Amino acid sequence: MEYVSPEGLRLDGRRPMEMRQIRAEIGAVSKADGSAIFEMGNTKVIAAVYGPREVQNRSQQISSHALVRCEYSMANFSAGDRMRKPKGDRRSTEISLVIRQTMEACILTHLLPRSQIDIYVQVLQADGGTRSACINAATLALADAGIPMRDLVTSCSAGYLNSTPLLDLNYGEDSAGGPDVTLGILPKLDKVTLLQMDSKLPIDLLENVMQLAIEGCKAIANYIREILLENTNQLEYRRGV
Amino acid sequence: MEREVRGIQLPLSQTQKVRLQKALEQLQSLSLKVNFDASVVVADSISVNHEDGVLKGHGTADLNGEVVATVCGVVERVNKLVYVRALRSRYKPEVGDIVIGRVVEVAQKRWRLEINYSQDAVLMLSSMNMPDGVQRRRTAVDELNMRCIFEENDVVCAEVRGFQHDGLHLQARSRKYGKLTRGQLLRVSPYLVKRQKQHFHHLEEFGIDLILGCNGFIWVGEHIEAKDDMVEDQVNQSDPQVLLPSKNSVSLEEQEKSYTTLETRKYICRAANAIRVLSTLGFNITLEIIKGIIDLSLSLNLDIHDMLGSEFCVLVAEKEAERRSSNKKKR
Repeated sequence: MEYVSPEGLRLDGRRPMEMRQIRAEIGAVSKADGSAIFEMGNTKVIAAVYGPREVQNRSQQISSHALVRCEYSMANFSAGDRMRKPKGDRRSTEISLVIRQTMEACILTHLLPRSQIDIYVQVLQADGGTRSACINAATLALADAGIPMRDLVTSCSAGYLNSTPLLDLNYGEDSAGGPDVTLGILPKLDKVTLLQMDSKLPIDLLENVMQLAIEGCKAIANYIREILLENTNQLEYRRGV
Repeated sequence: MEREVRGIQLPLSQTQKVRLQKALEQLQSLSLKVNFDASVVVADSISVNHEDGVLKGHGTADLNGEVVATVCGVVERVNKLVYVRALRSRYKPEVGDIVIGRVVEVAQKRWRLEINYSQDAVLMLSSMNMPDGVQRRRTAVDELNMRCIFEENDVVCAEVRGFQHDGLHLQARSRKYGKLTRGQLLRVSPYLVKRQKQHFHHLEEFGIDLILGCNGFIWVGEHIEAKDDMVEDQVNQSDPQVLLPSKNSVSLEEQEKSYTTLETRKYICRAANAIRVLSTLGFNITLEIIKGIIDLSLSLNLDIHDMLGSEFCVLVAEKEAERRSSNKKKR
């Protein structure tokens, strides 16, 4: 199947190096300590952070660090076919683990000993790149909760179809079976914290595709920064002195 | 550019939207003149003068000799110290703070209280005054009777004593601390409550008590006259070792006395709703402002439940903008 037309347009009308439209909103869950909604095109994810709070299961308490937990779930109505998945299926367990490890790497857990941080992410609409969207939403929610972090983590995916590197794959391109690289970076420190790939990609092309994903991550980081700064300003001026 | 006002999920009509926007813009322009461009987000670098020497405080970290923020907030500088004051976050205790908490567990010689901190706080049996007002060693009998003082889910007011090896300790060594009854507990973000000289307030005209806990828990309840227990205790102090379980022995007469009048209950709700409106708008919560909003709602003859509607929310925003700009002119 043709994923990039001769005119250089993709299935949804984007250019190969174009990202979908992103939108973020802070403070979607009123009872949570921090929360956010993140959208990338038709992919929509909600994240809520609770904590740092007392560890629920005493045996899991760590005396020098905070315990970070993450739960990923997909709403039944999120994908095309309304599937009733059991709660702990393999895919969501794996993504929970990935998100937990990525976020744990950037949270300064040693500042919050003997406490627990819970991150809940739910996919409201799935259209490819849910993993990236979840990580971006979780970053925003953690920043909103006032949890100290080394840096913001942002994530974006890239692929390689019809011998063209493509940025930010949607569901159609994702299910084409081509290579799909999901990348998570710390933009300020310029470090990679997450790198996952489906299928195979020649080694000389990997660098190109990764570079493209890095550019995507940086663009998202700039947007997230803007949103956070505006939110902080708003909180400060509304409070008054 | 139109963005939903954070946390306000009210159905606003077009005119209300415009009015709210205008009031908020006025607030913004007022604060811009005070401190401009001091907000940072995670991983922003903070400009400092390295020659003078820098002390890095909370919310900052070192990255290749640069000072970077680790939380979103406002940069504060005190001499050499540079720190970031986080806005929305959990409560950070300081010794001497007045806090309100909810009992989550009755344990050995201690209660565990939820106070919106990263851990539960500890209130030792030995660090609180006994209800009978006698100073003595706490015995095993006292320990068994701990549930007569506070049970699970009770709301308790106390003072931060400090950090011990096993966490944050509280104390309640005065008449004004202790169990809170007949009122409402409200939870707001702790950054909205400022530390002040006075956190216990008595609103005489309404007959209600207001306690602004530093941890963002706010108590609104019926006014209780602080009575002098020492005198009374001499009379009915038959056996100081045993605390009377008071539950079953409440006579009808006492029930009559503990009845809160409808009038007072209405004022409690009114004050609580005033705080809710302030919290959704994200305005600072002080006695003066709460009183102003209660008066505003009374002067408009507004029903209590209408105080949570969109029209009143817009009115409060406009009034706050007016108040702040007039304060500014006075200076």
